[in-house]
Amino acid sequence: MEYTPARFHASARTLLEQGPDFAYTPENQAKFDANVKQYPADQRKSAILYALYLAQAQQGYLTAAAVRYVADQIGCTAAEAEDVVSYYTMFFTRPVGKYVLNVCRTLSCALMGAERVTEALSEAIGISPGETDPTGTFTLLEVECLGACDRAPVVMVNDDWHEQLSPEQVVTFLQQLHARGYASLTGCHLHREGGRAKGEAGR
Amino acid sequence: MTYEPILTKYVNEPNSYTLDFYLQRQRGYEGLRKALSLQPNDIIEQVKASGLRGRGGAGFPTGMKWQFVLKDTPKPKYICCNADESEPGTFKDHVLMERNPHLLIEGCAIGCYAIGAKVAYIYIRGEFYHVQEILEAEIERAYKAGYLGRNVLGSGFDCDVYVHRGAGAYEAGEETALIESLEGNRAQPRIKPPFPAVAGLYQCPTAVNNVETLCNVPLIVLNGPEWFASLGPEKNGGPKLFCVSGHVKKPGVYEASMNTTLRELIYDYAGGMIDNRPLKAIIPGGSSVPLLLPEQLDIPASFDSIQKAGSLLGSAGLIVMNDSVCMVWLAMNLLHFYRHESCGKCTPCREGCDWLYKLLVRLEAGEGQQKDLDLLFGVSSNIVGKTLCAFGDAAATPVLSTMKLFRQEYEAHVREGRCTLPAEWRAKQAIFAGTH
Repeated sequence: MEYTPARFHASARTLLEQGPDFAYTPENQAKFDANVKQYPADQRKSAILYALYLAQAQQGYLTAAAVRYVADQIGCTAAEAEDVVSYYTMFFTRPVGKYVLNVCRTLSCALMGAERVTEALSEAIGISPGETDPTGTFTLLEVECLGACDRAPVVMVNDDWHEQLSPEQVVTFLQQLHARGYASLTGCHLHREGGRAKGEAGR
Repeated sequence: MTYEPILTKYVNEPNSYTLDFYLQRQRGYEGLRKALSLQPNDIIEQVKASGLRGRGGAGFPTGMKWQFVLKDTPKPKYICCNADESEPGTFKDHVLMERNPHLLIEGCAIGCYAIGAKVAYIYIRGEFYHVQEILEAEIERAYKAGYLGRNVLGSGFDCDVYVHRGAGAYEAGEETALIESLEGNRAQPRIKPPFPAVAGLYQCPTAVNNVETLCNVPLIVLNGPEWFASLGPEKNGGPKLFCVSGHVKKPGVYEASMNTTLRELIYDYAGGMIDNRPLKAIIPGGSSVPLLLPEQLDIPASFDSIQKAGSLLGSAGLIVMNDSVCMVWLAMNLLHFYRHESCGKCTPCREGCDWLYKLLVRLEAGEGQQKDLDLLFGVSSNIVGKTLCAFGDAAATPVLSTMKLFRQEYEAHVREGRCTLPAEWRAKQAIFAGTH
């Protein structure tokens, strides 16, 4: 069995797509300006994860133009900002689908059938893990432990959760997600059992 | 099972997360009020006397950690609350933050007062966005009610609590890597010393504490260190949250004292094995600790007892496995995790995890050779103790532990040229089973 870099290393460096000119919307600019006040005045770099999340939420994924804009806001170099982007798994440097399906693959979920959930999702959507379907609706990703081991297998859909998804339920799950969006997800059971509707976080 | 939960007593009641509920039902913020009437050093002494040990994994005495925080310095001091709950098999802090957030907020405020800090950052993992929303809303309520902000409860003490969202990095749970991430860098550990107590966040004295640890502090201040210590075996006092997952009927978070045995946690609290299948092995403290066998379940689930049995309590994440689990596959699954999460700073871990994973894939795919077993042992042994943080040791543990206890399974894989225990819950295609 050959072990080629292409097979086992996904870490080959790729340059960020340049992308169109980027600037925060006034709302996002206000959010950033408020967040950066959490940190001492000479420690603006602490706000970089927040700043990148804002850029990603605004544009869907991070481009070189967005990263440079964030670097300017923070007061660091674009290289320092890209250094951060490339480390954390929750930043996307390529376009992703409307729903990013993050299937937990680590031990507790795997014991309850997570491998088969990914297999079923892949078959139903017609894409491999890491890919986005041609309509831009779904991106399928395998992720490491999401910290919901008691409701395995768990799938994170963007910032929302769906618990105890069995391989047999996958087709219905996708249909429902298509039809009803986030309302079709179970959300976190602690939310539900606390007498709150999903997504109602005491705002 | 006569133990009555303290930290999680109300978590299943509606609105348990609200400030009103906390004030009315849980003697909310009385601990903070009492703490502010004491000298900061008295609080540290109380926490020391209680024997509270860090709930994040290492079990280091919290009072000592706070005492080490440098006092004579003009620099500001900080509390960093580690809410980057990412250890596979662990999901306890999630419950506390979601259903009892004010207990954590009160713990942060008392911690700040004790070590002389004015700011606490709660570093929460990026995947817990739904938890973060609650935490932020409740922090705002605590500000409005005067439990945070300037001149807390008229005492002259100022305290700010902020939430900082991570972005998907297991390594950010290591205390110095957490600090690096909080400073806006890659989450990679620092060389110690200096320890965070001397030069932590922004090179200032810092205490990094787990969520569950800080949640215990208001209880200690309110009820006294003797009460706390009396709740468990010697040096293992206080309430403890256990996360039970895997092949059990009722997986979940269970609060118990550390007098409770592993068998009780699995068979009483979590309802026993699914379909009553035989138990093959458990991981008692999150994926980073050695396995225990069925005959070792009659020991108290305390830091000291589990260590004596050859494993660690760690983050108290019990992963229970029945007889369908192939131990070579288990090691491969966990090494996929560690290989992915290695921060890449120390060569033995960065390269070693990748080598171990490749060897395990080869064995699990039935293409391994006898010499691969020696190689696995050799590579693992060359990671242990040779890295800046405990990640390296943790990553080698699944391999060393399964090889020690289940070497015959490894040999069977080589001999028969296939996985000798293919479970029905595994994927059918090799690409999804990870053996492509």
